[in-house]
Amino acid sequence: MTNMKRQTQVMLVLILALVLIPLFVSSKFWMGFWVMLLFHALIGQSWNILGGYGGQTSYGHAVFFGTGAYVTAVMQTHFGVNAWAGAGVAIAAGAVVGLFIGAVSFRYGLRGSYFALVTLAFAEVFRVLVNAWDFTGSGFGMLLALKPGAAHMQFADRQWFYYLVLLLTIMATGVAMWLESSRFGAHLVAIRENEDAAKALGINTFRVKLKAIVISAALAATAGVFYMQYFLFVDSHIGYGPSMSISALLVPLIGGPGTVLGPFIGALSLGVLSEITKHTMGDSPGANLMAYGVLLLIVLRFLPNGLMGLFRGRS
Amino acid sequence: MFDIGILTAVTLNGLTVGAIYALGALGLTLIYGVLHIINFAHGSTLMMALYACFFLHQRAGVDPYTALLIVPPAFFVLGYAMQRYLIAPLGFGKDINVLLVTLGISIILDNLALYLWTSNTRNIDIPQAQVFIELGMISLALPKVIGVVASIVVGLLFWLLMTQTDLGKAIRAVARERRGARIVGISVDHIFAMSFGIGSACIAVAACLLIPTYYVTPKVGDGFVLIAFTTVVLGGMGSFIGALVGGLFLGVVEAWSGLWLGESLGQIGVFIIFILVLLFKPNGLFGQRNT
Repeated sequence: MTNMKRQTQVMLVLILALVLIPLFVSSKFWMGFWVMLLFHALIGQSWNILGGYGGQTSYGHAVFFGTGAYVTAVMQTHFGVNAWAGAGVAIAAGAVVGLFIGAVSFRYGLRGSYFALVTLAFAEVFRVLVNAWDFTGSGFGMLLALKPGAAHMQFADRQWFYYLVLLLTIMATGVAMWLESSRFGAHLVAIRENEDAAKALGINTFRVKLKAIVISAALAATAGVFYMQYFLFVDSHIGYGPSMSISALLVPLIGGPGTVLGPFIGALSLGVLSEITKHTMGDSPGANLMAYGVLLLIVLRFLPNGLMGLFRGRS
Repeated sequence: MFDIGILTAVTLNGLTVGAIYALGALGLTLIYGVLHIINFAHGSTLMMALYACFFLHQRAGVDPYTALLIVPPAFFVLGYAMQRYLIAPLGFGKDINVLLVTLGISIILDNLALYLWTSNTRNIDIPQAQVFIELGMISLALPKVIGVVASIVVGLLFWLLMTQTDLGKAIRAVARERRGARIVGISVDHIFAMSFGIGSACIAVAACLLIPTYYVTPKVGDGFVLIAFTTVVLGGMGSFIGALVGGLFLGVVEAWSGLWLGESLGQIGVFIIFILVLLFKPNGLFGQRNT
């Protein structure tokens, strides 16, 4: 229990530091850096709930992210719905996609690599669909009209976007903390450690995994809503392409899968690494992702618990 | 609905593409069948081999068919080294870890290509591409016909290797029962790396056959890796006959769905088959029922 208490203290200090950051950041560039950092922590935390705690490695988390972004855009441009109400619909849509994918793949007992491949294939199907359908802007993607104002979830000052994504990330982290202290979370971890044993102990593994994927999908869709409001643009590659799926899994894997703080550390280290490569290798495409790949291999080799393993010591 | 001539032409074209898919899938299924790992870097290996063919042609004037003597052996060595000195030490033998290691390798390779060679689409022109073979009322470009013939030859060589040589016997022994193979004195680590090398050589052969009628970009492997997985899963993980039949079948499916659904929606046929097979028949059509 002291561990739990310690974690809550660390969390409170971290939140306080993050709340204060805009006071010390004046340049637009660095504010954008912190917004993207928290955005990655958010989508990483969403992956972490299913993949880190539940051991269900999704290779297609973009399917939930893209649904959040696209439904937000469709609600506003085609149906004239208010941004906040549209966001609710988009998050619900993400959860439904999660429920569907979870129901079919867990029903047929897909595990490990098979589950990874099927999520990847679902993301590709969605990518092809939105790319072919005029309703979703086909190859041109979807643009949101610029309507600054809190009522439209658009802010002229990046600082307010920062506080919005901070709030969302804290919510997602709250879910992860709840997993660490709840019965449901214990069941989920039991499934990760040994699914057959969990089943033998009477855990309804299908239901637990389904619940985890729905929560995870809803959070990824939330990240999609935020992305849409922040950049006002999405296309099939941004929304459903493999790069968002890879970001979603790299962040917690590098930071520390199955830990509350892992996604923060992952997002921070990837953000810093990306700036370092930009300064040393120039702003050429590919350099930062190449560095991510190398970091992933190093972490897999030496730090099976991610960078968090450095802080935890031996236990 | 469509003229029978068009249907035959589309089907034949699909088969020529499918023959290349079959080659790629053969490599992937060998790696899966022996090591029980899913090589996520397979598409990136194809991409690298395509660049190798491209640069050999552009810088040294080497014909892609002559490159068959250079690129596959080189990729055999690379594949061998990659498994033995990178994937095996990093994967710790855990299924999902290996998937992540190969994902990491594919991220590095794809972005290395992007960094070195930019995202420009490159292709080569060779005189053979202008030659067409008449088959009744259908004409096929010569490289496509060569592709089919070469795929059949490689398939046969592969079959001979697996059934007639000591190496093939050892590979099959390791695939069936790795502990037993170790006990009778087979170096399992070596066989793992040999299988990975042969699998990589297969995909390099596919690259040499593909480049005359295709193109290369750093992302070209993305599309292929899912098709190769689909082929392998459809045919049954680890089944060689399954990989060949699955490859040809998917080539035709892709050609038909392109004809009916149009260019942009056409790719969906393959992915839907993939999902359906994974859900309902994860052991595939020719796979053995075991874990």
